[in-house]
Amino acid sequence: MITFRMNGLEVKAEEGWSVLETAKFYGLEIPTLCFNEGLTPHGGCRLCLVEIGEGLRTKLVSSCTYPAEEGLIVRTDSNRVWAARRMMIELMLAMAPGSKVLQDMASRFGVTQVRFASRNKECVLCGLCVRMCAEQMDAKAIGFQKRGLNRKISTPFDMRSEECRLCGACMYICPACQLRCQGPNAETALCNGCLTMDPSCLDHYDDLQCWMYDAGRCGTCVREKT
Amino acid sequence: MKQYRAHLLVCAGTGCVSCGSFKIKEALEKEIKKRKLQDEIQVVATGCNGFCERGPIVLVQPDGIFYQLLKVEDVPHLVEEHLLKGRPIKKLMYVPPAEKQPVPKMKDIEFFKHQRLIVLRNRGRIDPEKIEEYIAFDGYEAMGKALTEMTPETIIAEISASGLRGRGGAGFPTGRKWAACAKEKRTPKYLICNGDEGDPGAFMDRSVLEADPHAILEGMVIGAKAIGAVKGFVYIRHEYPLALKRVEIAIAQARDNGLLGEDILGTGFNFDLEIVEGAGAFVSGEETALIASVEGKIAMPRQRPPFPAQKGLWGLPTVINNVETWATVPNIIRRGADWFQGLGTESSKGTKIFSLVGKINNTGLVEVPMGISLRDVVFGIGGGIPKGREFKAVQIGGPSGGCLPAKLLDLPIDYESLTAAGAMMGSGGMIVMDDKTCMVDIAKYFLNFLQDESCGKCVSCREGTQRMWEIVRDITEGKGKESDIALLEELAQVCKDASLCGLGQTAGNPILSTLQYFRHEFEAHILDKRCPAGVCTKLIRYVVLSEKCTGCLSCKRACPTEAITGSLKEVHSIIQTKCIKCGACQEACRFEAIESQRDEAIQII
Repeated sequence: MITFRMNGLEVKAEEGWSVLETAKFYGLEIPTLCFNEGLTPHGGCRLCLVEIGEGLRTKLVSSCTYPAEEGLIVRTDSNRVWAARRMMIELMLAMAPGSKVLQDMASRFGVTQVRFASRNKECVLCGLCVRMCAEQMDAKAIGFQKRGLNRKISTPFDMRSEECRLCGACMYICPACQLRCQGPNAETALCNGCLTMDPSCLDHYDDLQCWMYDAGRCGTCVREKT
Repeated sequence: MKQYRAHLLVCAGTGCVSCGSFKIKEALEKEIKKRKLQDEIQVVATGCNGFCERGPIVLVQPDGIFYQLLKVEDVPHLVEEHLLKGRPIKKLMYVPPAEKQPVPKMKDIEFFKHQRLIVLRNRGRIDPEKIEEYIAFDGYEAMGKALTEMTPETIIAEISASGLRGRGGAGFPTGRKWAACAKEKRTPKYLICNGDEGDPGAFMDRSVLEADPHAILEGMVIGAKAIGAVKGFVYIRHEYPLALKRVEIAIAQARDNGLLGEDILGTGFNFDLEIVEGAGAFVSGEETALIASVEGKIAMPRQRPPFPAQKGLWGLPTVINNVETWATVPNIIRRGADWFQGLGTESSKGTKIFSLVGKINNTGLVEVPMGISLRDVVFGIGGGIPKGREFKAVQIGGPSGGCLPAKLLDLPIDYESLTAAGAMMGSGGMIVMDDKTCMVDIAKYFLNFLQDESCGKCVSCREGTQRMWEIVRDITEGKGKESDIALLEELAQVCKDASLCGLGQTAGNPILSTLQYFRHEFEAHILDKRCPAGVCTKLIRYVVLSEKCTGCLSCKRACPTEAITGSLKEVHSIIQTKCIKCGACQEACRFEAIESQRDEAIQII
């Protein structure tokens, strides 16, 4: 067992666990986007950042890829972590403002402005689909291409790939292109509807009718407060 | 070995080769043959001398006479006067700026006088394609010592005691890296030489690879013995054809001579090397990305730990060091850790190679002891700024380094003080800027480079560099907003904090350091829509100063869009609607009669 400290708490991790896995085991919530339990960690979205170390020599690392180490000191929600996390959400929202996952995250972390021009790309290059296709579907039909702004996910030479069985797993796992934000101003880069949530079902039924368990998750009942 | 009366050492580094040094060599050989001197005089092609500004260069030994800026036409005269009649030609010698008398001897030239050559000790001295010449200058002596007299432990102890730190930029202690890898039980282990030098304006690795490839080979064999590696890879950019060719020759020669391969020097030690050609991505210089590239994958960095020393190439323990680091190793083993300790500062030992480029008189490659001040490098060795202009800033550490202003000229060059000042050692690129340089434009240039070279894995780096570049581009086009500076600072800081690898973690530096030292220039661009240096084309217009214009027509001839009117001996004027602001007229004018002014047409909103 590996023993280290997380948010002042002494935690024990199995050999081979990441910091994120340990946090999950202890019920400490760290937001993630490009992480999925069934896939190898990628460390691209930088939402699961945590601050490690002590004193002046601390740094931010992605908890999904950072291995649990003996004597490590981890803070999951420091000032620096939140500042970086908010900026990541803002940057990703400017890329794919239609993503409900990202819009919800913005409301949760209090991101109330997007200061960048919207790219409307509907892809944040998290690579979930690439790993899903390679690791779970055993197809390797899609992959990353190019770098910088030109980076994209596609089939080889952008042609219909014979490896692709049209299984749809890539679409299933995508956090951006499938589940759309249904909030009042979904056309703009930032919805923040969940912050001003006013469930319409209350008017009709005097009860929340959320089929996705917790209030507001489905996003259909959100309307602007008058 | 055959004795010669004189040696003509022709510089054959990439700089001089592109200036035609191979043609000079041919002409020299032809002329010498014509005068039947071939048994008395030998012509040798050497590695880069470093004084690239003055190429092609020929050094005549044993006199030590330094000839520069040679042309093929000069060759017959040179051979006749100097080699037959013994009269060195003053016309072809180096004349320092602001002086009239030429300096005949290499060792008296300011550029060479203050350098301390360790890694580049064989530059301009040996033919890099001949192993015999390397051996004649104590080559492979250190390797022999390491293989026959030393154990892995003593080699690592020696390197650790020397205080050598990685020359790739981060400055990680080499001894500690080796010790960590030697400790690993899993085999086989690998060595990698990182020759993926991608910084704009940096060419020290190329020069070492071209001038002294055997030094790198020797260093790697010593490293292999220390950690118990069986195989090494030399990773060189595809863009360095001459370096690739010379390393290839060096490896073949070392193998033929029993200095590489199986049973090296009859000691039973086996180690072999292979060249890997890089496909040209800046990020490949990052060690985990480079390892991915050697494995044949896309060059994308991954999380450390595990470090390459534990889990590197194909998941096996790997030591990866920079070209310069490997070339330093034989010197330490041969001359001892104490000798190396005596050079440099408390925390940074030895020497470092810098490439001196930009607005500087003596462009070239210099090797100086750590701890030397910036002033000594820029004004001492570099000879100051051309045309007597004013020094504004020096950009150190490549695209992710920082710009240091004139008030920091007395800063000693070592890892810690550079980082504290907001720059970094990096690979050692030094770009000097004069008062005609716009710092916002510089920040834009480096951000453009970084946003293009970001591998695109981390949101913070891919999007962060993109957005920073977009904001700075808008500022240079007069579209900047007051809130931009705060946003830039926030973005730069987050990019530094949140990114995975060295590229993203330093990508904020160009912005942070220019904002720290040159904030007023950003403010001038944003608030007044004015470019103080007169560079940002969207904010300026060129005008003819009537009191200075002599009506010589040279600007009119230079203008590509026929935007200049006026006839001989009449004051010219520029038609603003036709002007594309290329600055060709300003360059062509000999009377400084063309000025770039703030474009009054720009509205301040």
